[in-house]
Amino acid sequence: MDFVTPINSAARRVPIWPLYILCALPPFWFLYQGLTGGLGVEPIKALEHRLGELALQFLVAGLAITPLRRHLGVNLIRFRRMVGLAAFYYVALHLLVWLVLDVQILGQIWADILKRPYITVGMAGFVLLLPLAVTSNAWSIRKLGPKWRQLHKLVYPAVLLGALHFVMLVKGFQIEPLLYMGAILMLLALRFKPARRRQFV
Amino acid sequence: MAYRWKNDLTHADVTPKGLFLNRRQIIAGLGAGAILGATGTRAMAQEALKPNSYEEITTYNNYYEFGTGKDDPARYADALTTAPWSVTIDGLVDNPGEFSMEDILARMTIEERIYRFRCVEAWSMVVPWNGFELSDLLNMAGVQSSAKYVAFETALRPDEMPGVAYRVLDWPYVEGLRLDEAMHPLTIMATGIYDKPIPNQNGAPLRLVVPWKYGFKSIKSIVRITLTDTQPGTSWNKAGPNEYGFYSNVNPTVDHPRWSQATERRVGGGLFAGREPTLMFNGYEEVANLYTGMDLAENF
Repeated sequence: MDFVTPINSAARRVPIWPLYILCALPPFWFLYQGLTGGLGVEPIKALEHRLGELALQFLVAGLAITPLRRHLGVNLIRFRRMVGLAAFYYVALHLLVWLVLDVQILGQIWADILKRPYITVGMAGFVLLLPLAVTSNAWSIRKLGPKWRQLHKLVYPAVLLGALHFVMLVKGFQIEPLLYMGAILMLLALRFKPARRRQFV
Repeated sequence: MAYRWKNDLTHADVTPKGLFLNRRQIIAGLGAGAILGATGTRAMAQEALKPNSYEEITTYNNYYEFGTGKDDPARYADALTTAPWSVTIDGLVDNPGEFSMEDILARMTIEERIYRFRCVEAWSMVVPWNGFELSDLLNMAGVQSSAKYVAFETALRPDEMPGVAYRVLDWPYVEGLRLDEAMHPLTIMATGIYDKPIPNQNGAPLRLVVPWKYGFKSIKSIVRITLTDTQPGTSWNKAGPNEYGFYSNVNPTVDHPRWSQATERRVGGGLFAGREPTLMFNGYEEVANLYTGMDLAENF
């Protein structure tokens, strides 16, 4: 496992706060593209899909951090909060675009949340992520103690709901959402598998 | 018979050819009120309509044989060979056979039809089609009196259609109409858009356009037309029988199980485009008498 040591030592040297800025920037670029024709002739849907897909990608990346350390010894744990908050940021923007640009009509928003299973599922995932985003700070970790760890297990059902939301909304038999679902199920399953080697060697 | 349905206003009336590709202020009235008698919907149907730009119509497409992304057809459909092309017309007809595109075009009268186009996904466009009435083609083949339905089939070319490598749908794409729907003067076979040959991503060289039905009924790149006495299978109905019915008439009161059909967004309005109410039969209320006595929620 020669590749692990250089990755770990490189990861230790990367400062984290610029990554927050880097992750926050793309939506502004998308918005600019949407205003100037770069997202095609139907920019609202394009924006919505791009933000939703990035949210799922950050969620998958967040889920990968623990198995990477347990099974390969690659330690990216110091990026986990940043990745999780970025995921929440993209989920929230995805929801905002749906509310403000896509549906727009308040009565229809409520009807959709209650009546359309894929929207109910997506909303439920967002609601589960809310307390996690709110408690993603050192103060909450100290205050909540062991309960913090329990609380943050909510990310597992939230990610599953996110993937299910994608699976449910496509027309016909499409592979892409199933790939996300498969990757998430695999990453969750790895948590039940005992680590192959001692940690913190 | 050509010219049975009349655009209230066409580009030709208002703009010299060559100017209208970029012209965005074309106002076209819709509706056949003038020839079919005034109805309560006439005011609605005559609401000013601005056709979408050529770019909008040809870059935002659903043609899953070339991929499920909206830009996939514009990117990949170039690979489709559309000449030579022939259409097999068979089943309950007097003159079955394989007809070349040249042969068909020589016998049909091409006219312009400016129609609303409403996708089942709740977006819409206004498209200035060029084409001929399907009834003219069917009459050429001689429809037998026992025929009740028309089945259509899209070309299936795995070498030219990257999307068919995935079983998104059960290829080839098939569609169908009841014979009276097929013979209705609004139902056309399109061969062009904005007086240009129809681009591959829009269904070259020959596609169906049924403006009062959701867009997926308007099957593209047709290679076979079969007259039958039983209701033919249709691709989306087979993929999701509870979501896509055989009729699939545009109906704001019957929702898709996963989303509302009450409103739609006109493509081309940019990032802040609002939604507008969807009209019964997509505004073509003159077809209502085809469905007299039918429960349209049950026969969705």
